[in-house]
Amino acid sequence: MRKLLSAMTGLAGAALASGQALAQEIRNPAEEWEHLWDEVMMDITIIGVIMTIAAIVMLIKYRATSPDQVGTAKKLTTVQSISFALIPAAVFMADDFYLAANGWTVWNAYRRVPENAMEVKVTAYQWYFEFEYPDGTVADGLLGDDDLPKPILVPQGQPVVFRMYSEDVLHSFGLPYYRVKEDIMPGRITYVWINTEEAQTDAVLQCAEFCGENHSKMSNPIHVVPQDEFEAWLAKTAAEG
Amino acid sequence: MNTHTTTAGHAAVPAWKEWLLTTDHKRIGIMYLVGSMAAFGVAGLMALIIRAEQMELGMQIVTSGTQYNSFLYFHGAAMILAFLIPGLTGFAANYFLPLMIGARDVAFPRINAFSVWLFFFAIILALLSFVIPDAPDIMWTGYPPYSVNTSGNTAFYVFTVHLLGFSSILGAVNFLVTVIYLRAPGMGWNQLNIFVWTTVAAFVLQLVFIPVLAAAVTLLLFDKYLGTHFYDPSAGGDVLLYQNLFWFYSHPAVYVIFLPAVGILFEIIATMSKNRVFNYKAAVYPGIWGIVAISGIVWIHHLYISGMPDWIRLGHMVTTLLISVPVGILVLSLWGTLYKGAITYNTAMMYAASCLYLLLIGGLTGIPLALPSMTLHLSETSYVHAHFHFIMALFSAFALFGGIYYWFPKMTGRYADGALATFSFWMNFIGVNVTFWPLFIIGKEGMPRRYWDYEMFKDVLVMGHPFEDFHKVATVGAGIIAIGMIMQTYNFIHSAFKGKPAPTNPWNSRSLEWTHTVSPPGPGNFGDTDVVVDENWTPYEYNK
Ligand SMILES: [Cu+2]
Repeated sequence: MRKLLSAMTGLAGAALASGQALAQEIRNPAEEWEHLWDEVMMDITIIGVIMTIAAIVMLIKYRATSPDQVGTAKKLTTVQSISFALIPAAVFMADDFYLAANGWTVWNAYRRVPENAMEVKVTAYQWYFEFEYPDGTVADGLLGDDDLPKPILVPQGQPVVFRMYSEDVLHSFGLPYYRVKEDIMPGRITYVWINTEEAQTDAVLQCAEFCGENHSKMSNPIHVVPQDEFEAWLAKTAAEG
Repeated sequence: MNTHTTTAGHAAVPAWKEWLLTTDHKRIGIMYLVGSMAAFGVAGLMALIIRAEQMELGMQIVTSGTQYNSFLYFHGAAMILAFLIPGLTGFAANYFLPLMIGARDVAFPRINAFSVWLFFFAIILALLSFVIPDAPDIMWTGYPPYSVNTSGNTAFYVFTVHLLGFSSILGAVNFLVTVIYLRAPGMGWNQLNIFVWTTVAAFVLQLVFIPVLAAAVTLLLFDKYLGTHFYDPSAGGDVLLYQNLFWFYSHPAVYVIFLPAVGILFEIIATMSKNRVFNYKAAVYPGIWGIVAISGIVWIHHLYISGMPDWIRLGHMVTTLLISVPVGILVLSLWGTLYKGAITYNTAMMYAASCLYLLLIGGLTGIPLALPSMTLHLSETSYVHAHFHFIMALFSAFALFGGIYYWFPKMTGRYADGALATFSFWMNFIGVNVTFWPLFIIGKEGMPRRYWDYEMFKDVLVMGHPFEDFHKVATVGAGIIAIGMIMQTYNFIHSAFKGKPAPTNPWNSRSLEWTHTVSPPGPGNFGDTDVVVDENWTPYEYNK
């Protein structure tokens, strides 16, 4: 409940903070996702283990010993009936609010873009992505000379927000490495942001909304590299374009 | 003297004609069963091809991405629309609901016959989409703009949905009127079988929500073939309108499948435990009807990554989580029905017991998916794929198979139990676990759904293994299921004609379909005397 309240006040707080010159804390949604995943797994494992043990014990213990035997469960009294509806309702509702509060907190990490984020415009086509950097440089995500999808680079340290649009059908910007995904469509601009504190060359961008024949092939590596390396790549890309 | 004339002077009707022209709810039920099992067979074959293609990196089995997409389309659409819904609400409700409430037939037998024929036409139309050169390739969801832009034949999809929808609406009206007006004299609402309640709930959902789906796909048809722009933002339309309308029906449709499956489980478990349903009224009112009430306000959880406004995603997180309350109450009743029971095991009860496990896994793995923040990553991965297969496909199909074993003596006068039944059950149960657990695991690491290749993830290791190894295990699992299902189908057909003869009430049930009819019941179901029940009668009264 406290988390729910703090999430709610967090909403109002964000509006206030944006007016202040305080340095904004940059959250790490992927890390928070993993943390929440562990919590939810713990939650459902507890429920699952209790229910499984209950079922197995009853399925073994209450086997009939003769063909004429009948069950001996008593009819519930009114008070028992209502209790056996209210108790599970209360337990599940409490669990729901616990999960909702945690889920909301992590949601805010995903959806509030840090103010200093670099904006990269993404346009999706059947079947490739195109990236436009703030200086106007366009990097297409088509296959490179080695017949593999070209890596797309972003600088380390500065958060990156992708503003996304589609020229044809639905696509989706899925980055399993950053535990995030959002659909791309004509008529609306959607966004995803990533925390780039750590350099990496492992992230794979994938199209995650069915878009036709080469849907399975619509992908690019996304590398986070030091600033100078990024600038060199950007200049080279601009020269080629 | 004409040899084709009976003593009563009527022309003897050949058997095929009798089936073709029948208005008997039991025969119509069997026709639904045959049709839906045929759809299951073809859609299952598609699943095998899909799994075989995913087994290794690169393209081995299919000849193009478009062909793979057509197989996926057919697998999803046929399993949901032509197997699960007609199998549960068409077959099971048709055959057993009138018997359970002591009715001699449904309220409108001819409309009922019309429903099953619409269903057959829909199946024929769906199968025809294989032989046309431009097979639909739009997944069972048919999202625009792709479904409008594609060269695939979206019209087949739309007309199949129309036919099935029309069939389901007629069926829904028919069965609701039947339950309201044709219950045996003396039978109050709290004396109904749980299965009757769950089908009533399913039919209410069909009646309320199918028109929305029909409208959504009709606008799709207009956009594609008449040049309208309902879903085209370049001319003022909205892409997301379709997704909203589609899931406004299709989330409740999950309960159209789930609820009757739960109903069958209650019947099997109560009978085989010789026990009363635990907390009957809680199961019915806050349980079944609670699910119905919430089902219409949670559809955005299918659109968590679709670009809907943040506030509505969070709003539907709360409503989606709250589904756990009615489901929890229903589950407690299901578990409680075992408490102090006197359980005997047959094949039906083995299926029922395995359903408790499938329900737990399928239900609990849905909890992360209720949270938008979790779903930002899990959406469109094989985690989701495994989750809804557990809860919708495996749970519901296993409940249906359990129901077929349970009611087999009623429908045929013979048992389907035996060594082959037991063996095929274990094949199926082991097979589904081997197939879908690996998909949970790699889905959490980002394996996308609907991919025939996953080369870009070749460097990603899970527990030291690439995705490919998990796909191989899953494909082996699918093979195990295939063997189990083929043996089971053979067992059903063989047992229907040559199985061990069964007495009228082999499981000693207290439910009307067992206590008041012969097996199989003749025309009019109950012989010369109408069924009348007293106020103390319930279908679950074993311990007098
Ligand atoms: Cu795409």
